[in-house]
Amino acid sequence: MRSRSRHSWVGSAGALLFVLGASACGDTAPSTLHPEGPGAHRIAGLWWFMFWVSALVVAVVTALILIGVLPGRRRRATHDRATPRWAGRLVVLGGVVVPVVVLAVLWALTLSDMSALSLPRRSIALKVQVVGHQWWWEIRYPQQGIITANDIHIPVGLPVEVELTTDDVIHSFWVPQLTGKTDLISGRTNRMWIQADRAGVYRGQCAEYCGLQHANMIFYVVADPPDRFREWMTREGQGAATPTETGALRGQEVFLSSACVGCHTIRGTDARGKVGPDLTHIGSRISIGAGTFSNTPSNLAIWITDSQSVKPGNLMPPIPLSPADLEAVVAYLEGLK
Amino acid sequence: MAISLAARLEQIWEEKPGLGSWLDTVDHKRIGKRYCYTAFVFFLVAGIEAMLMRAQLARPDETLIGPKAFNELFSMHGITMIFFFVTPMLFGFGNYFVPLMIGARDMAFPRLNAFGYWVFLFAGLFMYSSFLIGEAPNNGWFNYVPFSDKHFTPSLSPDFYTLGLLFLALSTTVGSINFIVTIFKLRAPGMSISRMPLFVWAILATSFAVIFALPSLTAANVMLELDRRFGFHFFDPSRGGDVVLWQHLFWIFGHPDVYIIFLPAVGIVSAIIPVFARRSIIGYVFLALATMATAIVGFGVWVHHMFAVGLPNLAMTFFSAASLLITIPSAVQIFAWLATLIAGKPVLRTPLLFILGFLFIFVMGGVTGVMFAAVPFDQQITDSYFVVAHFHYVLFGGAVFPIFAAIHYWVPKMYGRMMDEGLGKLAFWLMFIGFNLTFFPMHIAGLLGMPRRIYTYHAGLGWDLWNLLSTIGGFVLGLGILVVIVNFMKSVRTGAVAGPDPWGGETLEWATTSPPPPYNFLEIPTVRSAEPVWDQPELRDTGHAVHGRQPVLVGHETLGTSVMDADAESVIPMPHGSYVPVATACGLAGIFAGLLTGIVAVTAIAVGIAVTATLFWFRVREEEEPGPSVVVGVAP
Repeated sequence: MRSRSRHSWVGSAGALLFVLGASACGDTAPSTLHPEGPGAHRIAGLWWFMFWVSALVVAVVTALILIGVLPGRRRRATHDRATPRWAGRLVVLGGVVVPVVVLAVLWALTLSDMSALSLPRRSIALKVQVVGHQWWWEIRYPQQGIITANDIHIPVGLPVEVELTTDDVIHSFWVPQLTGKTDLISGRTNRMWIQADRAGVYRGQCAEYCGLQHANMIFYVVADPPDRFREWMTREGQGAATPTETGALRGQEVFLSSACVGCHTIRGTDARGKVGPDLTHIGSRISIGAGTFSNTPSNLAIWITDSQSVKPGNLMPPIPLSPADLEAVVAYLEGLK
Repeated sequence: MAISLAARLEQIWEEKPGLGSWLDTVDHKRIGKRYCYTAFVFFLVAGIEAMLMRAQLARPDETLIGPKAFNELFSMHGITMIFFFVTPMLFGFGNYFVPLMIGARDMAFPRLNAFGYWVFLFAGLFMYSSFLIGEAPNNGWFNYVPFSDKHFTPSLSPDFYTLGLLFLALSTTVGSINFIVTIFKLRAPGMSISRMPLFVWAILATSFAVIFALPSLTAANVMLELDRRFGFHFFDPSRGGDVVLWQHLFWIFGHPDVYIIFLPAVGIVSAIIPVFARRSIIGYVFLALATMATAIVGFGVWVHHMFAVGLPNLAMTFFSAASLLITIPSAVQIFAWLATLIAGKPVLRTPLLFILGFLFIFVMGGVTGVMFAAVPFDQQITDSYFVVAHFHYVLFGGAVFPIFAAIHYWVPKMYGRMMDEGLGKLAFWLMFIGFNLTFFPMHIAGLLGMPRRIYTYHAGLGWDLWNLLSTIGGFVLGLGILVVIVNFMKSVRTGAVAGPDPWGGETLEWATTSPPPPYNFLEIPTVRSAEPVWDQPELRDTGHAVHGRQPVLVGHETLGTSVMDADAESVIPMPHGSYVPVATACGLAGIFAGLLTGIVAVTAIAVGIAVTATLFWFRVREEEEPGPSVVVGVAP
């Protein structure tokens, strides 16, 4: 009976821990156990099947270990040579028969999930190109002529094809709540699809070690309802509006006359640099520095003057600006919605 | 007569103490201990690296360690644990115990053995010297291209990696060849292949796996070094190269290497369980076959490390099936061990405790390992902390726990004194609890979307608690390891005297004194059972008497026997101590240092040293010529 209580203890403790883990996170937690897309849903189902089978296996083995070493059973003599008949059966049953059956079932599930995940049920609604850079994400909508960075807007409930390439080393595209990851391989083009079943913001992160700032290569998938998505797409497709407010206007002048234009593009202006992210609509993005911190005026000011202090090793040099100029540039950029 | 024989063997085999003999020793027991000591130092270094990483990750947005240092720490932690701790440690035990278990007087090639050790030591120093110039490898233990090519990493750090591993590969390769020849040709008469101890089987399987797996890593490293130094473009996609080629070559080595790490540990488990269960192992044939099957099937699963690369589905289904299949030999082994425990009358001493800990942890790591064969789950979870949890359960549970079992089990044989039982049990519980507290939460962090190899993370992602628990657990685990060190230091000086056979073992190492004399056995034992010490009482005092029924070699020799049946075939003269191995290894170290720095003069001088030393190696000295030897009573 001791062993039976142990079974349930291990099982429920494991389940409890995972439930705790799953519930301990807020809305933005990128938990694979809170799936919001068909891919992640299927995989979570596969996980829970494997989890319960595994819990059972661990419980049985633990019980057998305890039966083996706890005192109080009828014992054979020491230095026994014979193999009792039950022992041979146990090895064949536990070591071969049961594993073969369980593994065959698991393989069948694997094949069925692989085929289910390879193509979406509905036809592709939209194509997005993702280009990996050390350490940020370039996002392109080729059909709409949109170029942005680190935020991917998609229409809710529709499958979106993601074309993955890299400008430098290998990265990996992972949005745990939507589906499994796919690598961005130098010299190759990979395709996968994502779909979000509920409107919301889903955190993604580079999952293949890519150098100094691998930790700060974060992106967000924003699943919008159809109206809002169309609205976003219209706005994003336009060039930057010329600021009307004087501070921002001065900021634009400072920006266009500084080193910024060497690396950044703001569509509709003379800034046409290709090294860093396109800033045409930076004011509407979620984060600065590919998830290094949230997009607020004070964070943007820190980023412009000394990005190396928050994301050491990134390619952006410190831009020395007078406090007034800095304030103006921040006002300009934050106004680029 | 017995005394005069012992005195004579002592005189022939003894190595005089002092610096000279420290440098020229070819005694497998001294070399084996040396492997263990050196590997253990690397283990401590890798442990400190792990502690530093855990300190950095204890809470979100920690700034204790910067990104460069963190990336160096996780790279060197992996490289050190895999290449400079586990395999050399297990090779150390193999070196010490394979000749004893098969009733030989030394390894087949004692000088090659010494050479292997020196190369291992120098390769380790070479790799760690990178810290002195601030260019330690920081591209992970897998060193993926193109990140490690000249363009993205212009520093010397990938060169330390490639050259260091090429250098080390020499040691592992010659060690494996030596094990294979020793096991095939030097077994005591009567120890047919079906009577071989399972630990010896495991070392044999491992050695073959090394010989087939390492060339792939070596080829990859040579190609990368040609790319980096001489403008080749094996891995440069802009000039027709392919970055995925590196991944294939690396994992064709890398996955079998998991079994290279794990199989000798399995051998330790099979050695310890019957002794403490006090009965014959159940399923000897199954266990031996499972060991070989694992080593072979292990070559067919490497693509499960690459399921996110974007390979065709058809290819992935094959590797998925192979990765599921490899579970079966391990399951057979687990149940054979469980059956042995249940059928036996176990005594819960420290070595067995560590083995029970191994069983629990390894099964946990096994079930999560199976999950990675399920391609969609792998694509979701690979490169997350779940993987870190999984492979620590498999490798720390699967190899390091058996290593600590082996330390408690074999130290009495190696030093003649027992380890303290109370401290041993304390260490076990600290390590077992600390281990699970460190690595179990990582499963959860991974499921919650935490990727590997990140030096920092933001608060509010649900990862904070699990990381803090891991850090606390890590320090408890570290404390447990510290207790083992204290126990060892204390016990080898003041522990209870062990006597030849403190545990009631069944294999031949327990048939000689503790520690064994330089010549191991006065008489070469004649084996008539798979458990000779249990079945042949006359073997129990081999260290003292001559029975006239066993072969007695009175020179600096060991007995050569046939591969399958171990029929006595020849008397093999064994070489004495020599400076040639250390000199050759020095020359090679110089060559690699020259290649690293690009200083031609250093390389030229080092080549000179290595070539000269090798020429001396081939010189046959008079005393080693096969001379007359007395063989008494070889079993028919």
